[in-house]
Amino acid sequence: MANKILIPTPLRAYAGKQDVVEAEGGTVGELLANMTAEYADLRNHLYTEDGKLRNFVNIYVNDDDIRYLEKEQTPIKPGDTVSIIPSVAGGGRA
Amino acid sequence: MALPTLVIRADAEMGIRRHGREAYPHECCGALFGRDQLVTEAFALPNATGEGARRRFLVRPADYRAAERRAIELGEELVGFYHSHPDHPARPSRYDLDHAWPVFAYVIVSVEGGNPVALTSWRLREDRSAFDEEPIALESHGENEKQTEERREETGEA
Repeated sequence: MANKILIPTPLRAYAGKQDVVEAEGGTVGELLANMTAEYADLRNHLYTEDGKLRNFVNIYVNDDDIRYLEKEQTPIKPGDTVSIIPSVAGGGRA
Repeated sequence: MALPTLVIRADAEMGIRRHGREAYPHECCGALFGRDQLVTEAFALPNATGEGARRRFLVRPADYRAAERRAIELGEELVGFYHSHPDHPARPSRYDLDHAWPVFAYVIVSVEGGNPVALTSWRLREDRSAFDEEPIALESHGENEKQTEERREETGEA
């Protein structure tokens, strides 16, 4: 059964201009893999070249950050909502 | 390729400069609301960095969510973010590039010795290789109303 994934404003252009998409998967990792299989342009903004989630990309299952759960192995239940939430960061000196 | 002009309401631009001055010598940050190439409001957010606020800023996920909610409440869209560069040029750093999101306008105000000076806006390239600067124009409410009035006179609308 598909779960909802909430897409933040800057990524909607890469997800068919939608703020919510649906994907299937037993874990967060599987869900995101299935989502980026359908919306391939999202991949570059979510993952580094070696396939790791960028560190300013936060993935929440309902209200919980997956860093404090089982990361990408976090299981997904029917009805769970996954959110992609940006950390916006920067600064003056390299 | 030249980017289109980002129009910033004068009071939003003043808000960014004021926040930059108040936060000095630390970096300030906030969200920009509006639509397409127009910024109507600058919304100050806490700088949550743990890496030294004189040269870094961080908008936490909770504050990001609050900004998206606020944009919806205003009937606007989240069009970008601003931050200050204390005693540093208003140009994006490598760190800015590494952490940038596509689509958003990144407005940077340089604050020299506590005084806000240059204000610039940047967009991340599609391939994440660099930022491109976009031109900025300021618009006051008065000017907008005047232009609307002039258009009404021209078209004969009431």
